[in-house]
Amino acid sequence: MEKIITITNPTGLHARPAAMLVQKASSFPCQVSLVKQGKKGNAKSIMNVMALGVKQNDEVTVITEGDQAAEALAAIVELLVNLKD
Amino acid sequence: MEIKGIAAASGYGLGYAFLLQEPKVEVIRTALSQGGIEDEVARFEESVSRAIFELEAVRKTAGQKLGEDAAAIFSAHIMILEDPEYIGAISQKVRQDMINAEAAVEEVTKEYVVIFEGMDNEYLRERAADLKDVSGRLLRQLLGIKTISLADVDDNVILCAHDLSPSDTAQIDRGKVAGFVTNIGGRTSHSAIMARSMGIPAVVGLKDIVDKVKAGDFIIVDGTDGKVMVNPPESVIQAYRRKQEAAMTKKREFEKLLHEKSITRDSVQVELVANIGNPEDAKGAIANGAEGVGLYRTEFLYMGRNELPSEEEQFKAYKEVAELFGQNHPVVIRTLDIGGDKELPYLEMPNEMNPFLGYRAIRLCLDQPEIFKTQLRAILRASVYGNVKMMYPMIATLQELRAANAILSEVKQELATENINFNSYMEVGIMVEIPAVAALASKFAKEVDFFSIGTNDLVQYTLAVDRMNEKISYLYQPLNPSVLSLIQNVITAAHNEHKWVGMCGEMAGDLTAIPILLGMGLDEFSMSASSVLAARALIRHLSQADAACIAQMVHNMDDAEKIKEYVEQAVPFISELR
Repeated sequence: MEKIITITNPTGLHARPAAMLVQKASSFPCQVSLVKQGKKGNAKSIMNVMALGVKQNDEVTVITEGDQAAEALAAIVELLVNLKD
Repeated sequence: MEIKGIAAASGYGLGYAFLLQEPKVEVIRTALSQGGIEDEVARFEESVSRAIFELEAVRKTAGQKLGEDAAAIFSAHIMILEDPEYIGAISQKVRQDMINAEAAVEEVTKEYVVIFEGMDNEYLRERAADLKDVSGRLLRQLLGIKTISLADVDDNVILCAHDLSPSDTAQIDRGKVAGFVTNIGGRTSHSAIMARSMGIPAVVGLKDIVDKVKAGDFIIVDGTDGKVMVNPPESVIQAYRRKQEAAMTKKREFEKLLHEKSITRDSVQVELVANIGNPEDAKGAIANGAEGVGLYRTEFLYMGRNELPSEEEQFKAYKEVAELFGQNHPVVIRTLDIGGDKELPYLEMPNEMNPFLGYRAIRLCLDQPEIFKTQLRAILRASVYGNVKMMYPMIATLQELRAANAILSEVKQELATENINFNSYMEVGIMVEIPAVAALASKFAKEVDFFSIGTNDLVQYTLAVDRMNEKISYLYQPLNPSVLSLIQNVITAAHNEHKWVGMCGEMAGDLTAIPILLGMGLDEFSMSASSVLAARALIRHLSQADAACIAQMVHNMDDAEKIKEYVEQAVPFISELR
């Protein structure tokens, strides 16, 4: 399953927001990935998430595969949309 | 020898150099036999657990000694050691390349460091330092090297290092380390952030300070100006000791005033509040003793983006600040002041010959009521969460004020029909920035709840002086008698109608202006947060009666320069506060 969203958080996905995403993703059994401009990263990996260098107004695709994919997708999209750092 | 660097944490530190050399961690790449691979992976995983265990302890001490911000750095380090991709890549490398764990750690880390150092964002570039710190810890675990302890340095040392890792800084004993200097780093690097949170003077980015300094050299760290002096002459040392002493005394004196009232000797209480631009500033304002917000600039919500902010987004930003200050501390929100030197690309505003006299602030809002209404709705909705007041910027005529208030009534009506809560008695005032309003203040005073004098623009318009033009900067005179007379007119007009008057320009925090303004009867002084405590010290030193005499004397003078001299002579205490 996947969904495309735009990151509105002023500081993008660095530091705390990145850590929050990793924690949320790690709480689900399925695979969770983030794709930015063709670059794909494991959303359970802080290094991968930060290495994507997601900035404010960047478009990213959230992809979930496996157990609880639907719940994971919903939870992660909600987290990303409501980020404000 | 004096060396310039980047001022990372303000203050003056004097002491003897202590050179911090990291233990050499040398990694030799060795090949494994097929049978040894799983043992090596197990050894690696064990050292990861030990490193995490060690970090948990460091995080705990950092949390107690330095607070949550510092502890968060170590939480991030733990997160790296729990990262499935990073740790997974190392195990995989051991298996695939059949090499020892140390070599695998080093190679995988290098790949990530290259990625982070190549980022176009300073914050992310600095993360390479975290990664090196973590991998260093991991390697020391694997190699059985003891991590050196900064806990047992001598008293009064200046730490000199290529860079200080977060783990180094967390071990620093504040009582012993008088300052530190590093070759690399910037204002946002860990070492700088930690130095500020610990209150240790620091200069970073000195390039090769470690090579220029020998252990035991006498060093002065001037973290305020960003310079370092090595073995300076006695006279310089003495001068810095005095600076250090004065700064300490002042800081202690100011801190005592954090929760004191802003009250004169003859018991006249005024309000000392802060100018802020976003919810983050609001926290700084509280930490600096501000009794509320006299100017909440809302432009930040509109700038650096591609579209107008939604009502919901604005509501959240206003509500957050209102709640931070609570019912007892006012928060004055200024409606959008865009145009002039602040442009919004998505509004496609035409270039103007004289933007400061052009299509801006309330003029734009009245012309595009949909933009204005969204903001008014957000402010009204936030008004039930604290002591919220609102003001319009750049009002020039009574008709503009009435037009703005008519839109406000419309919006209130809409909210009432939608059953949305708001404070229908929210005070509504105007900024006094245009001399036209100051001249007609007695008429305006009947139709507003308060005035807030914006001196930066008022001075500019009164003396017809462009603030940005250096050639005529001599004309930018807040203490010019013409400006003072307009201010007095505004205060008198407001008080005749039993309304209050604030001031939210630079002048409100200017120690020379404060006695005059107090004497004229100003009720609220709004300034940058860092000026609040000095202003409070001055207010508590003065009496309203004396200040009124000063204002009266100044009233008879005709020269801004002379006025300044006179006030500083009449109130010698001002020089002690600087």
